[in-house]
Amino acid sequence: MQDAASSWDWQPGERVILDSVTCGKTHQWQEEPYVASDGERLAAIVRLEDETFSMCVNGKTWESSFEKLWKPCFSPDGRLVVIAQQDGEWSLAVDGATWEEFYAYLWHPCFSADGSVIAAAIQNDGQYGMSVDGTTWSNLFDNANEYAISDNGQSTAAVVQTEAMAAADLAAFRRGVYTVAVNGEAWKNTFMNAWTPTFDAHGRKVATQVRLNLYEYSIAVDDAVWGQTYNCVWEPRFNPGTGEVVAPVRIAGAWGMAQDGKTIWDPVFFQCWHQQFSTDGKVLAAIVAPTFGEFTVAVNAKPWSTTFPVVTELTLSTDGKRAAALACNNNVDWQVVVDGTPWRGKYDMAWKPVFSADGTHVAAKVEKAGRHAVLMDGKAYKRDFEHAWDPVFSPDGSKVLIRAVDKGTFVRIVATLSDFSSRG
Amino acid sequence: MGIQERLIEDVGLREGVSRLNEDSIQKTVNAVFQGETGARLKAYAEICLRCGMCTEACHFYLSHDKDPTYAPAAKVKQTIGTLLANGGRVSPDQIYSMAQIAYSECNLCRRCVHYCPVGIDTAYMMITMRRICHKLGVTPQYIQDTAHSHSATFNQMWVKDDEWTDTLQWQEEEARDEFPDLRIPLDKEGADVYYSVIAPEPKFRTQLIYQAAAILHTAKIDWTMPAEPGWDNSDMCMFTGDFEMMGRLKRKHFESAQKLKVKRIVMGECGHAFRSVYDVGNRWAGWKHYPVPVVHSVEFFWELLTQGKIKLVSKYPGPVTLQDPCNIVRGRGLGDKLRDVIRILVDGDIVETTSNREHNLCCSAGGGVINCGPPFKNARVEACKAKADQLRATGVKTIIAPCHNCHGGLDDTVHKYELGMDIKFLGDIIYQCMERPEA
Repeated sequence: MQDAASSWDWQPGERVILDSVTCGKTHQWQEEPYVASDGERLAAIVRLEDETFSMCVNGKTWESSFEKLWKPCFSPDGRLVVIAQQDGEWSLAVDGATWEEFYAYLWHPCFSADGSVIAAAIQNDGQYGMSVDGTTWSNLFDNANEYAISDNGQSTAAVVQTEAMAAADLAAFRRGVYTVAVNGEAWKNTFMNAWTPTFDAHGRKVATQVRLNLYEYSIAVDDAVWGQTYNCVWEPRFNPGTGEVVAPVRIAGAWGMAQDGKTIWDPVFFQCWHQQFSTDGKVLAAIVAPTFGEFTVAVNAKPWSTTFPVVTELTLSTDGKRAAALACNNNVDWQVVVDGTPWRGKYDMAWKPVFSADGTHVAAKVEKAGRHAVLMDGKAYKRDFEHAWDPVFSPDGSKVLIRAVDKGTFVRIVATLSDFSSRG
Repeated sequence: MGIQERLIEDVGLREGVSRLNEDSIQKTVNAVFQGETGARLKAYAEICLRCGMCTEACHFYLSHDKDPTYAPAAKVKQTIGTLLANGGRVSPDQIYSMAQIAYSECNLCRRCVHYCPVGIDTAYMMITMRRICHKLGVTPQYIQDTAHSHSATFNQMWVKDDEWTDTLQWQEEEARDEFPDLRIPLDKEGADVYYSVIAPEPKFRTQLIYQAAAILHTAKIDWTMPAEPGWDNSDMCMFTGDFEMMGRLKRKHFESAQKLKVKRIVMGECGHAFRSVYDVGNRWAGWKHYPVPVVHSVEFFWELLTQGKIKLVSKYPGPVTLQDPCNIVRGRGLGDKLRDVIRILVDGDIVETTSNREHNLCCSAGGGVINCGPPFKNARVEACKAKADQLRATGVKTIIAPCHNCHGGLDDTVHKYELGMDIKFLGDIIYQCMERPEA
């Protein structure tokens, strides 16, 4: 998105995009708003008087309407995508035009990193797979789930069921009827279970969690299982620098981190998950629980000194020198924690922190008493809103794009760093 | 009658023990004892006074002419006690018997804890036995199949990803005949309420989803349901002893709610799922409490009714009796709120069963017993005789039971003992009696 963002309007100031977020065309009801990354468009599903559905974009409805629409979103390249039903069949509508292909069902739209490729899960005649820009996998399966697309959009993958099972057929399940299909081609080996297939940075290799039997878990990479098995594992990730695969592993009741089957973080944690690499692969961070019920972030196996009952939404700066996450207690008193230190304020809810490209600044959206605010480096933007979306840094990190609705008006604000001054 | 005289043939148990020998059993049992248990198990095993106070607490004992082999202390002695006494070295046939006791002759209902003078939690001993059986690969066929479904689909009834959202959209469409602007909002980020259900609802109790949507719509709740797996709050892996999958399920459930940035999870009328989210599965994952508050329907309905968000145009004709679900009444203390809700909804008395509130008798279906399936059905319903006697003695025609397993178990019980009673969810009654919004 940062590449695309260079062409956006970064002139500081506030611009009213829509005086009213209410759709101009008469309608029965209007659903939740979604906004484009560049803040230039706001869209919502509307139920029209004739009981069909359409998308209302900046106050105007699409020319086309449908029996049903759900799960609208803007792709990373700014196209408005929504799942659409027509004549009882489903497709994906992109900027108002559906794919030529319709399916018995379609769901889980997903995108390449730049948004140029759109894929979705599909079902036809009880057979499951994926469709990529409207082209269906050449092989479909008895079931599929855990869908993934590579960052470059060249490959898609899912966990698939390779043979039908009779009801309560324990033997077939034990034998293993699940594997990973990449671009519709199933791996040769089957497993008791497989979860969360994930691609490497080039979209060529796939790693996945596998359960070999009821008790032994491991990681499989391109159909080859690590030589080591574990009591449990979580989702694998490729090191973008080296191509090695790391995954949290449970050994003798404690969690650590393994790389290609060898332990790299000692199993000393009550929990370890959501690991991620810096762009160069030299920094690995994860959410961990050093003691029961106390969570924090570990960077290269070293936990922050502060702990919290719950930690979510870990994010690393591109260079890996900084890390941020959210913390809360029982889903309230949310805090933004950066490099181990929480910002001052506590909130009713908070959203994933966002780093500027150079890692110098961090911004996050928060909610208090029903109002949304945008924070940057712990300071709040000078006004709050009925609703705001995640902040976006300008490519040079000197400005923050705020997309928000207040008093029925959709505004696009380019804030400078000095606009953030009040204590959050 | 001892366990040998009442063995039930089950393919999961039979094939499981066929793969065992005494060496493999001993190795696995001791690995669990040494790696996964500690002072708690040791203390329970050593401090039992053999006083027999737990005996009268058990509905299996009460329903089987006071057969002492069903006494909680006796069930512990025949399972964990025998393993401890023999250093974990027993025969495959003994494991079969132990598995039958642990999976099908104890509902993990924890009534006996209230009668034990030293507070021994027999359910813990039985779940530890189940953990050993899981590690040995000896589990009843049907509940193991349910655990397999959990691992393959993240729900307990093999509901495929598209079947879930398709069902919600179908129910939404159906409900619009009655409530023209009703929505089942999918993946609505930031909603106050994430409504979660168990898989039997989309599979064959879709009217419960319809009713819940109608209630939430009428009460003007800002709510959502997730479009992706994580929506099923149930957890049979907790009951098979597959704790790794239990943790995986709870992670999926809570992260599904966290992803949508909701304020709290409201769950349907289910008991065991509540145990999994607030006590067991959440803690395996490392959370001391739960990361997102979970509100059971009993509490939620209490809120809606006492805050005037749901108004009634009529009351359900009483008198009624009620089934206190073990996991939300004995486990969570919702007995008073349950009765408050019923008093608001019903025109007539609540006729209590002799054993009630935290001393209720289990429906015999809980703890995964009903999920052990047809081979164990007759034994399960026989174990509900004491409950059936208490229900008959109320003399009323309606049982209110805010729990799916209680419903399933009591359905069979009402039929077998010819009680002639109807069983209702609270949601059934609220939907029937509530004031509809003006069109």
